[in-house]
Amino acid sequence: MSNKKYWQSFGELNESDAFKKAAKDEFKENLLPLEDLDDGLLNAKAPRRDFLKYLGFSTAAATIAASCEMPVRKAVPYLRKPDDVIPGVANYYASTYVNEGDVVPVLVKQRDGRPIKIEGNEASAITGGGTSAQAQASVLDLYDTTRLRYPMQHDGKDFKEVTSFDAFDKLIATAMGAVAAKPTVILTSTITSPVTQQIITEYLAKSPAGSKHVQYDAISYSGMILANQACYGKKGLPSYHFDNAKVIVSLGADFLGTWLSPVEFSGQYAKTRRITGEKPEMSRHIQFEGALSLTGSNADDRYLHKPSQTGAIALALLAKLGGAVSAAAINDPAVAKGVDAAAAALNANKGAGLVVCGSNDVNIQIIVNAINEAIGANGKTINWAVTSNYRQGIDSDIVKLTEEMNAGAIGALLIYESNPVYTYYDSKKFADGLKKVPVTVSFNGTMNETTELCKFSIPSNHWLESWGDSEAKTGFISLQQPTINPLFKTRPFQASLLKWSGNATDYETYFKTYWTAKTGSADNYDSALQSGLIQPVAMPVGTATFSSGPVTEAAAKIAAVKGGNYEVVIYQKVSIGSGKQANNPWLQETPDPISKVTWDNYAIMSPAMAKAVLALDVIGSQYQGDGYEVHPEKPTVKLTVNGKSLELPVLILPGVHPSVIAVALGYGRESADKNRTSEYIGKSAAGAGFNAYPLVGFDGTGFSYTGAAEIAKTGNTYPLGQTQVHGSSESRPVIYETSLAKFIANPEQVCAEPNEERAKLIPFGGTEYRKDATIYPDLMEEKPGIKWGMSIDLNTCTGCSACVVACTAENNVSVVGKTQVMRAHEMHWLRIDRYFTGDMNNPDVVFQPMMCQHCDNAPCENVCPVAATNHSSEGLNQMTYNRCIGTRYCANNCPFKVRRFNWLDFNGADSFPDNQNPLLGVDLNDVTLQMNDDLTRMVLNPDVTVRSRGVIEKCSFCVQRLQENKLIAKKAEDPTLIRTVKTACMQACPTHAISFGNVHDKESDVYKIRFVDQKHRNFYVLEQLHVLPNVSYLAKIKNSDRHVTNEKEEGEEEKHEGAKTAEKEHA
Amino acid sequence: MSRYRKILTKVFASLLFIALVSSSKISFAADGEALFKANCANCHKPLEDYTGPKLQGARSREPNPTWAYKWVNNVNTMVETDPYAKGLLAKYGAKMTQFNLKEEEIKAILDYADNYKAPAAPTAGTAGAPAEDNSLLFGILTLVLAVIALILLQVNSSLRKLSDEKDGIIRTEPVPFYRNKTYIMMGVLVLFCLGGYITINAAIGLGRMKNYQPEQPIYYSHKVHAGTNQISCLYCHGGSQDSKHANIPSVNVCMNCHMAIKEYKGDPIVREDGKSVNGTAEIQKLYQYAGWNPDAKKYDKPGKAIEWIKIHNLPDHVYFNHSQHVKVGKQQCQTCHGPIQEMPEVYQFADLSMGWCINCHRESKVNFYNKESGEGNKFYSIYEKFHKDIKEGKLDSVTVEKIGGTECQKCHY
Repeated sequence: MSNKKYWQSFGELNESDAFKKAAKDEFKENLLPLEDLDDGLLNAKAPRRDFLKYLGFSTAAATIAASCEMPVRKAVPYLRKPDDVIPGVANYYASTYVNEGDVVPVLVKQRDGRPIKIEGNEASAITGGGTSAQAQASVLDLYDTTRLRYPMQHDGKDFKEVTSFDAFDKLIATAMGAVAAKPTVILTSTITSPVTQQIITEYLAKSPAGSKHVQYDAISYSGMILANQACYGKKGLPSYHFDNAKVIVSLGADFLGTWLSPVEFSGQYAKTRRITGEKPEMSRHIQFEGALSLTGSNADDRYLHKPSQTGAIALALLAKLGGAVSAAAINDPAVAKGVDAAAAALNANKGAGLVVCGSNDVNIQIIVNAINEAIGANGKTINWAVTSNYRQGIDSDIVKLTEEMNAGAIGALLIYESNPVYTYYDSKKFADGLKKVPVTVSFNGTMNETTELCKFSIPSNHWLESWGDSEAKTGFISLQQPTINPLFKTRPFQASLLKWSGNATDYETYFKTYWTAKTGSADNYDSALQSGLIQPVAMPVGTATFSSGPVTEAAAKIAAVKGGNYEVVIYQKVSIGSGKQANNPWLQETPDPISKVTWDNYAIMSPAMAKAVLALDVIGSQYQGDGYEVHPEKPTVKLTVNGKSLELPVLILPGVHPSVIAVALGYGRESADKNRTSEYIGKSAAGAGFNAYPLVGFDGTGFSYTGAAEIAKTGNTYPLGQTQVHGSSESRPVIYETSLAKFIANPEQVCAEPNEERAKLIPFGGTEYRKDATIYPDLMEEKPGIKWGMSIDLNTCTGCSACVVACTAENNVSVVGKTQVMRAHEMHWLRIDRYFTGDMNNPDVVFQPMMCQHCDNAPCENVCPVAATNHSSEGLNQMTYNRCIGTRYCANNCPFKVRRFNWLDFNGADSFPDNQNPLLGVDLNDVTLQMNDDLTRMVLNPDVTVRSRGVIEKCSFCVQRLQENKLIAKKAEDPTLIRTVKTACMQACPTHAISFGNVHDKESDVYKIRFVDQKHRNFYVLEQLHVLPNVSYLAKIKNSDRHVTNEKEEGEEEKHEGAKTAEKEHA
Repeated sequence: MSRYRKILTKVFASLLFIALVSSSKISFAADGEALFKANCANCHKPLEDYTGPKLQGARSREPNPTWAYKWVNNVNTMVETDPYAKGLLAKYGAKMTQFNLKEEEIKAILDYADNYKAPAAPTAGTAGAPAEDNSLLFGILTLVLAVIALILLQVNSSLRKLSDEKDGIIRTEPVPFYRNKTYIMMGVLVLFCLGGYITINAAIGLGRMKNYQPEQPIYYSHKVHAGTNQISCLYCHGGSQDSKHANIPSVNVCMNCHMAIKEYKGDPIVREDGKSVNGTAEIQKLYQYAGWNPDAKKYDKPGKAIEWIKIHNLPDHVYFNHSQHVKVGKQQCQTCHGPIQEMPEVYQFADLSMGWCINCHRESKVNFYNKESGEGNKFYSIYEKFHKDIKEGKLDSVTVEKIGGTECQKCHY
C-alpha cells in the first residue's frame, strides 16, 4: 500500500461513512420496487392480473412484430459521381478552426459529404497536430438546431424572413443610404484573416468618413498589447517559446488551459516535460495564482496569493532579479519564499527562462516585460520576429464605441463574430446604445443576445462551410476550405461586405485571386489548400528593443493597489471558454478538469473560506463534509463585485487561497425574452450556470478580471452535476510519482511498489503476473499477430480534456444531461481522473486519463452471463451491444469503473418515436431532444453503432480505426503501416501524451516506451489484481525540491493511521 | 405388466415417428465438383466455351498435361510470358483470376470436368427437385407407418379384449384412443415440439430476406449485362475494391455505354410472371433519369437520381466491408451474391445470417504469407506463431477464423 494518500473528494480524504457506503454500493440507484413481490409470486399483490397483462402484451407484441413487413430501403446513387468521392470512404480536408481569435489548423473528416470529425493537422509548425476540446466540439456546432437559417429583418415585433439575398442587399442599401452622414462601424472579434482584413479595409474606404473597424475580444488581452506598445513600441503580442524555457514562471496565466493559444503552448510545454534518455531533463514550472487553474495543477511548485498581490509579486521578482525598482516586502512568508525560489531559478537559467502573466493590467504587464528583459528572455523564449495575432482588441475602443452609440453618433453597426450584449461588462449600456444606432446588422450565425437586438440579421456560414484563412502568427498562414455546402440560406460575412462595397467579384474568386497572387501560382495555391498551410521552413527568431521608460511609473501605480477582504478571480473553463459555444452539449457535458463539474459554473472557494462564510467544515468534520459532498444540492452565496450581485452555488476545492472566490465566465446565456432562451440561444445553454460577465470591472484603461468582493450566505441550495466521485478507485494506489532529482538518482525507485508486489511471487517460483499469478493458461501467448497496447505519460498529460471530446465525437458517445450526471449516469468512455495529494491547503494535482484497460485477464468477461463481453486475439476487450442483456455484472466487477450503462434511451433508438417525451423534465433534459434532432444526428459516425437503452458500453480502443488501419495495411500488403494507427484520443492530444500501437512490433512506440526507453517509469494501474491491463502509464515526475514521492517522508507523522487500517481492510 | 408394455410400445412408435419426420438429408459433396462450383463455375463450363474455355479435355489441348497446374496459380505472370496463355487471353479477352489451389485440387477439378456428362433433359413427369420429393416421400411413409402402427395397436388391444373376454377376465372398457390420456399427452408433446420448432425458426427468420426480389424502377438485367455481354462486375461496382459499399453505379456510369447503346437487340427478356420486357423502353427510362436527349446527343434536361430498391440489407450493428472481401480476401462476387450473371432481376441469394457469415469465415483460407517463396499477402508475415506451426507441419493453412475472423468486434462495433 502506498504511504502517500491520493484523494478525489473530502470524503475519501477523511474515510467518511458516506464515502465507504458509496464505494460499497457502486450503482447509486434504488432497486425497482420489486421487493414487494419477494414473498412469492403467487402471494404477491396481484400476480394473476399482472400475469394476464404480461401475457396479453407479449402476445400482442409478438403478433405485431410477426406481421410487420420489412421496410423497403432505397439505395440512391449519385446522378454524376464526383471523382474524389467514394461512398463509404472518408475524405480528409485541411482546414482551420477559427473562433474569436483561437486558431487551430485541422483536418476535417468528411464522410459521404458531411463533416463528422475534427483532427489536428500534424503538418502545422504551430500546433503539431494538437487540438482543443472546443475545436473538437465545433463540428457539432455545424449541426446546431439554433443556427439561423435565412436572412431576416426585425419589423419592430419579431424577425421576418427576407426571401432573397438580393432583396436583403436592397434593404441594406436603402437603410445605409439614409444614414450616409454618420460613420459606419464594423464590430468583430479579433480577425486573424488577411483577406477579411483587406475586405474590411476596402469596405471602410467606401463608407462615410469616420467609419472604423473595432475589434473586441470577449476576454481581453489589451493590457499585454498596450504594455508591449509602451516597452517595445509594438502594439501586439510576441511569439512565446515555452519549449526553449528551462524555467517557466506564470503569474496567474493559464497558458495550458485558456491563455492566448493553449494548444500551441501545451505542445511546447510538453516538449520540456517529456522525460527522455539516460540523463533526464525537464523544465521547472512555478505558478503563482489565487485559484486552482489547469496550468497551476501541472506546476512543479504553486504559491497562492490574493489577485491584488499579482503586481506586488511581479515587482518583488523584478527587484530580486536586479531591476531598478523598489518593491514592498511580501507579507505572506510562503509567497515570499516562492518569489525567492523563482528568482533563484530564473537567475540560474538566464536566457532560458520565461515569465508570463494572466493579468489584464497594463502596469503589471510592463513589469513582467521588464522581468523578461532582465532574464534575457527577449530573443530566446520571447520572439519578436514573429508576432502573434490571436488577440488584437483594445478595451478602450469598445468603451468609446459604446459611448458613441449612446450619443447617437454611429450611423450603422455591422456585428460579426461578436456578442457584446452578453460579454460586455456593462451589457445594459451597450444594449441601449445598440437601440440608438439606426442600422444594426448582425452577421452572427446563431441568434445570440446581440443579434436579437439588431434590426437586420444575415447569418454567416459556419467555418466548415466557408473559405477562409488565418495568419495566427506573422508568416504562418492556415487556410480554410468548405467541407460541405451551406446547410442553410447563409452567406459569408466577407461576401456581403464585397457586395455592399460594390465589388462585383464573388468572395471565392476574391479569395483565390488573393492567395494565388501571394503563393505565386495556381499550383502553389492548390498545394497550399491541400496541406492547409503556408509556413516558413524554420521560424525566424528575433528581439525587439526594450525601453525601460514606463517601468518606474508602472511600479508606482502597482504599489498603490489595494486589495479587498475577499477577492474574486474571474476565469474561463477549458471547455466553455468565453461562452460562444455554450450551446454545445459535448462541451457542456465535459467535466471541468479541476472541479469535475458539468453543465454549470459556481463560486469556487477554499475549505477555510467555507468554514468562515458558511460554517461548513468539510475537512475537520466528516459529517459536515458528507453533508456537503454527497448531495448534488450545494449551498449558495451572494457574491457582490463592483456593486453587482450574483447568487452562485459554492464548490469547495482545496488549493484555493482562503480569501479568493473564483467564478467562470461563459455561462448563464439568456435571451432578452427569457422564455425564448431555449429557442434562441439553445436547449443546452438555457439554464446552464450564471452569467459572470457583469462582475468584470473596468479601470479606465482595461477590463479587470479580478476585484474586491463581498460574500453573504443565502440559505438557498442549487444542484451541481459533479462527476469526480462517481468512479472511485477506493483509495487503492493508482498513481506513482517522484521528483526529478530522486528519479535521476535512482530511476527504479518510482515504481518500487509494484515491483515489490511482483517480488512476492518469488517464493512461489515466479516473477510475472502473466505466467505465474493465474491458474488460467496464457491465452495471449497462443495468439499470434497483433496485440494492441496504449501508453499514457502522466508527465505530459495536462488534463485539458481535448481527448474526452474527441472520444465523444468519434464513438457517438451519448450526452445525458445534468439530471443524469447528478445520478452518476454520465456516458464518457474516457474520463480524466483528478487526484489531490500532499498539503491539504495547497495540494499537488495529478491527472490520470482512465478508460477501459482492456485487461487480458479481465474481471468483466468472466461474469457476463451471455458472453457479450469477451477477449479478442488482438488483446481487445470486446463489447457486443446486440448480445448484452444489461445485467451490469461487468460494470460491478470492473476495478477501473470504466463501463457505462445506458440507463435511458439517450439516442432515440427506441422504435417508438416519442418514447422519450414523458421523461423530459423528470429524468431527461432538453439536451436529449437537441442531440436527437435529425440535423444534429448528421454528426454521428456511421462506422460506430448507436447504442440503445439497457446495454453496457465502454472504450473500444477505437476499434473502427484499428480495423480500418489493418485493412489499409492488408491492401498495401505492408504490415509496417500498422504503426500509423491513431486512436481518437491520441490524435486529439496537444501534448502527445498518449501512444498506441502493436506491442508485438519491436519498432512500435508502445513497445519502445514500455520495454526500452521508459521502462523505469512504466506501470499498470492496479496491476497487483493480476488483471493484466493493456494500458500502461508512465509515472509522474515533478521538478521540485519538495517531497513528492510515494514513499513516506522521513520523520513524517503517521497522520492517517486509522485510515490506513481501513484501507487494508478494503484491500 | 402388459399395460406397461402397451405404453412402451406407444412411446416407441411415437418416437420413431418424430425421428423420421425430423430426419434430414445428409449429403457428402464430391471433391472435384465442389471445388469446380466454388472456384470455376462462374467463368467455365465443362462442355462448352463460356467466359473462359470449356474445361473438358483441357489437359489434352494444352501444351503439356501439367500446364494447367502451373497456370492456375500463376496467371498474372504467365499471361505475359507464356505463349499459350497469351493465345487464351487474345481469344477470350479477359484474364483469368489467379487462384491459390493445390495440385491435387486442380487435378480433382479437371478430372471432374473430364468425366462430366451432360444431364439428361428433364422430362415433364420428373420435373422438380428429387431431393425434396424424397423427404416428402419419407414423410408420407412415416405417416402411413404411424397410422398402421396406431391401427395395429388398436387391433392388438381389441384382440386382447376379445381374448380376455373369452378367458373370462373382466377388464374395464378401454377408452377410445382420442380420449386416451397417453395419446393426448403424446399428441400435445408432438404439437409442442413442432410448434416450438416452427416459432423459433420463424423468429430467427424475422428480418431475413432470402430470395427478396423487389421490382426496380428500371428493369435492369444482370443476365444481359454481366452474363451475355460479359461486363466485369467491377466496372460498375468499383466501390467493392475500395469501400465498405460496393456502390450502385451512378447514372453517368450507365451512360458511358448507353450513350451509344440506344436499343436492346438481344434475346427476348421475360419477367418472372411471364410478361415480356421491352429492353429499349427500359433504356429510354434511363435517358429520362439522366436527362439525356439521344437524338440531339446531349444532356438537355435536369437529371434525377434513380431510387433503386436496396436488396441486401444488413442490420445497423453489423459492419461489413466489401473491399476487405474482394480486394484482400479475393472472393468472387458470386460467393455471396449467387449466380448474378444469370439473374434477369437480382434477388437475395444468401440469407445473410450470422451463421452463414461465420461458416465462411471458418472455412475460407487467407492468402497467407509464405516466408520461403515470398508468396501471399505480406501483411500476414507478422503472424509469427502460424509461420512456426506451418514450418513444423502442425498447420497446413490459415483460415480467417485463425486470425480472429470470428471474433465479435471484427464485425460489431
